[in-house]
Amino acid sequence: MANPLYQKHVISISDFTRAELELVIDTAVMLKTHPRPELLKHKVVASCFFEASTRTRLSFETAVHRLGGAVIGFSDSGSTSLAKKGETLADSVRIISSYSDAFVMRHPQEGAARLAAEYSSVPVINAGDGSNQHPTQTLLDLFTIYETQGTLQGLTVAFVGDLKYGRTVHSLTQALSLFGCKFYFIAPQALAMPDYLCDELTEKGINFEFRDSMEEVMDELDILYMTRVQKERFDETEYVHVASKYVLTPQVLENAKDSLKVLHPLPRIDEITVDVDDTPYAYYFEQAENGVYARQALLALVLNESL
Amino acid sequence: MNKSQLQVEAIHNGTVIDHIPAGQGIKILQLFGLVQTHEKITVGLNLPSKALGAKDIIKVENTRLTAAQANQLALFAPDATVNLIEDFEVVEKLQLQLPEQVEGVFSCPNSNCISHNEPVSSKFRVRAVSGQVRFRCNYCEKSFHRDLMAV
Repeated sequence: MANPLYQKHVISISDFTRAELELVIDTAVMLKTHPRPELLKHKVVASCFFEASTRTRLSFETAVHRLGGAVIGFSDSGSTSLAKKGETLADSVRIISSYSDAFVMRHPQEGAARLAAEYSSVPVINAGDGSNQHPTQTLLDLFTIYETQGTLQGLTVAFVGDLKYGRTVHSLTQALSLFGCKFYFIAPQALAMPDYLCDELTEKGINFEFRDSMEEVMDELDILYMTRVQKERFDETEYVHVASKYVLTPQVLENAKDSLKVLHPLPRIDEITVDVDDTPYAYYFEQAENGVYARQALLALVLNESL
Repeated sequence: MNKSQLQVEAIHNGTVIDHIPAGQGIKILQLFGLVQTHEKITVGLNLPSKALGAKDIIKVENTRLTAAQANQLALFAPDATVNLIEDFEVVEKLQLQLPEQVEGVFSCPNSNCISHNEPVSSKFRVRAVSGQVRFRCNYCEKSFHRDLMAV
């Protein structure tokens, strides 16, 4: 039976149905345990990073290589003639998509991937467009949550740190809202979850609450999703005050359930102390590794009618 | 009100758009390209209104607003009334309904939205949330309140 993602653009996590998310996760599980190095044989994937993002790019390119495909592209548009000649993104996409079987793109402007999809002759996979969407990050987050908890249904998840600008948080709440999860939002006032996203969750009947500290809810959590509070959002004194409230240490984890896992989209700076790495709760490095399997799954599904 | 009391001259045939919130009249003239019709147009701005306090009104000779245009009008003036006139009489009142989508009318308030730099028309999905109209950009996916939308 043809898979529903075959030849589909992957632009926004909100475009996925619950069944499609489950299909990607099941495929990632399958590829992690049973590698399939032939799934992209004779396929060329364009990996076009109009802004640098080393981890995401290497993760995508590793995924293509592990499936037997070839990669063309660039790691930063500054190193190409595209920016210098002033070509529109629309024209660049028309040309590059004619060379390839799939078009993975990262771009600093919001909506770039959706626009690219209008001009591309092959499936576009959004590897991040400005502060908007980064759907493959969400897919790897979902895969990791599923891997650690054995389900996505009915979990209690706390999001901590910069919830205002953190697109990974926005997309993950949208995706998990399809699985009846409960959310706690723990953030400084200045970096609170945006109203429009809270409105969306309310409309969907999702249970969410705002809390001041991680300790208040620690014993209820299945997943603690940490993000970085960026220094530049605050003045120096305020930052010191704010940041200390949102730093995860082993002491904060004292009342955690045995099954709790701590996730973080990385890079981690100082919001998780290094001694948390040695606790059984830390799972952020495995999460980053899972990015390759989630991206393998997505590429395999987009480029193969059936697996 | 008899014709001698009309604040803006009556028209023989055409469309009367009444109860436009004061200040929106000129914007609506531009939006629908009414000035380019070369028909006679009479416009009243800041007229007294019992319901609105002040209102604008537009009367266009020999032009019938379509239902789709009336729906676009709802984006600017949700309580406006649109009457089609024949021989000085109202022959039809158009019901205003918010359109599901609006294309090429507003530019995206997000300055980092790709739609500003590329050869595409802006596109928004229109939704009413708790009585407030919200516009969600097709490209950058951000939602905006009506007051932030620039023509």
